[in-house]
Parts: sequence; structure tokens; C-alpha cells
Amino acid sequence: MGLLDASFSKHNVVVTSVDNVLNWARLSSLWPMGFGLACCAIEMMATNASNYDLERFGIFPRSSPRQSDLMIVAGTVTMKMAERVVRLYEQMPEPRYVLSMGSCSNCGGPYWEHGYHVLKGVDRVIPVDVYVPGCPPRPESLIGGLMKIQELIRMEQIGLSRTDALKKLAAKSVDPQQAIERERRAVRA
Amino acid sequence: MSDMEEGRVLPQSVQQSAAAYEVVREAFGPAVSDFDANEFMPFFEVLETEKWQDIALFMRDHPRLKFNYMACLSGVDYPAEEKLGIVCNLESLGVLGHRIAVKVKCARNGGSIPTASYVWHTANWHEREAFDMFGMQFTGHPDPRRILCPEDWEGFPLRKDYAVQESYHGIKVPY
Ligand code: SF4
Repeated sequence: MGLLDASFSKHNVVVTSVDNVLNWARLSSLWPMGFGLACCAIEMMATNASNYDLERFGIFPRSSPRQSDLMIVAGTVTMKMAERVVRLYEQMPEPRYVLSMGSCSNCGGPYWEHGYHVLKGVDRVIPVDVYVPGCPPRPESLIGGLMKIQELIRMEQIGLSRTDALKKLAAKSVDPQQAIERERRAVRA
Repeated sequence: MSDMEEGRVLPQSVQQSAAAYEVVREAFGPAVSDFDANEFMPFFEVLETEKWQDIALFMRDHPRLKFNYMACLSGVDYPAEEKLGIVCNLESLGVLGHRIAVKVKCARNGGSIPTASYVWHTANWHEREAFDMFGMQFTGHPDPRRILCPEDWEGFPLRKDYAVQESYHGIKVPY
């Protein structure tokens, strides 16, 4: 994981930049706000529980927005809830991250057409950093999304805006299809 | 049971409902419609809407009816008839064991139905839901507010001609 991959020198000294240390510290203790909105929240809870054990990544839910730096929007955001989500988001201290979990909070999900009461995507009210598709996403996908947030944090630098960090992340991303093909070819060979 | 064809044998549960209906018919006469003896949910309709509360109380307390439990109350939209209505599923739970459904209708625009929430407390929230989704008033209801949609929501979502509003508090609503 980034910083610790480099082994310690014999004097137990690691030379690195401040950015690196700060980012490593932040990404190793992402504290999401403990709130869920619908069925996706069940999967999020399962991810937090012992089988998938998010605490190994330093991720553990806090019960106050003021102590959290990550908001996992897990579930259906109704029009009634949308304003509360915005308020919770505004109560979180900067720097804060938003992960939209599941089709509902990505784009309205199964309620996209006839769900008069459903917000068609939480990005209509708050900025979203990472979208995790699925209905509901499996815990593995959620963990994948959280790792993406960690990568995003790793891209950040003092004086670099979030938009630029996201661009940097996009530039570094690999096309999964190619990786899959490569793996398949390796297996066949 | 005036509308029953000769020789048709009704299941026992429907016979029980029919017997219960006869008691109501005797007491209220033309205020209630004929009995619909279908197997799934036998029902009758209250034709004189303003008598619904009396009928409800009678059905709950009469020793041969004892409908002590309102299982559900749903709203219905009848655009062809220009009407809104409710369907109440009643049971005599643990006493006589029979069940029946009662339909009550009112005008589609500005119509009202007397509340049954003093007869069965279950009706309180169910009536609020029916109002929230269909927009009929329940006269005498202790707390006649919307229950699920936000207070300032426009329109009644389960009406057949409902169109979603463009924006809510500045947030775009349609997809
Ligand atoms: S995306 Fe699917 S599982 Fe998740 S909240 Fe919506 S309906 Fe439920």
C-alpha cells in the first residue's frame, strides 16, 4: 500500500514527501458516515461486518457527519430525503468524499420512470466522486469503489483541485477489458 | 342474497361473509349495495357515503358481526365514473372468523368520505395514505395530513392521470 511498500532502511528512516504522508494517512482511515437509505444499505452493512471486514482498510462507520470524511449513499434517495442528504453532506468537514452505491443513487435505478418520489441520481444534489453500479452491488464491488476513493486520495496534492485529481485518476486508470483479456490469454497459454 | 344464481355452491368462507352481509342489509337497507359473492374477497358497497361511519360502527359492535379488525384500507381511482373510493378489508379476528370487504366512493373532485379512524384506529394512517395518494378528504379525521409525500408535494401520485411535477425545491424530478 503505497508508502509501506518501500521497506525501511536500516536506520528506520523513510524519506518521502509531505503529500505522500498526508494522503497515506487519510486513505488509511476513511471514516464513512453510518447511514443507509434502502436495500443497498444491507449490502453495505454486510461489507462492514466480519466476512468482508472493512476495518482491515481502516474504514469504519461513524455516527456523526462531523466525524466522517466519506459519505456512502447506499440506497434509494427519495425527494424527501434529498434535502437531508444535502444537509448531512454540508455538515461533513472538508476534505470529504462521496461514493454513490447502487443504481438508485446513481440514476434512480428501478424507479427511473415511475418512481415519482425518487431522486434520479444523487449527483443532482451533491457532487459524487465514485459510482458503484449494481442493484445492489456485491460487497466486492463496494470494496472496489472504496479502493477507487483511496486511489483518488493518493492522486491529491496540496494546491491541486478535486477536479484535477479526478482527471489524474482517470488518466491513470486502465481499461479493465484489456486486463481481463490478458488474464484469459495467460490462462489459455 | 338476491344476485346469486341457483345451484351454485359457495365456499364456506363466502357463505359466512354472505350471512354477515345480510345482517348489515337488514339494518341499513338501500344504503348498501347487493353482495358480490366472489371467492377472493367478497364485498359490498356503501351507496350512501354519509352512512359509512354508522355502518362501520355497527359492523364492529353487532354481536353477529364483530368485525374487530381492519386488515387494510386502500384507495382506488375510478376515472370513468369520476369517482374516488376506498376498499376496507375487515375481519373478525379470533371471534367469528369471517371477513368481508367494503367499498365506499365519493366524487373525484372535492369528494369526501366520513372517517372510520374512530371505529378502527388502523384506519387513521391508512386514510392518510389514501388521501396522500388519491386526494379524497376524510371528514372528521383527527390528523388529515399527507403521510408519505412531503407536505408541499403537488398532486396525488396514484391517480390515473397523475403527471409528475417538473421540480421540487429546485431539484429536477423527472428522469
Ligand atoms: S440499487 Fe437496487 S438494491 Fe440498491 S437501493 Fe436501489 S433497488 Fe435497492
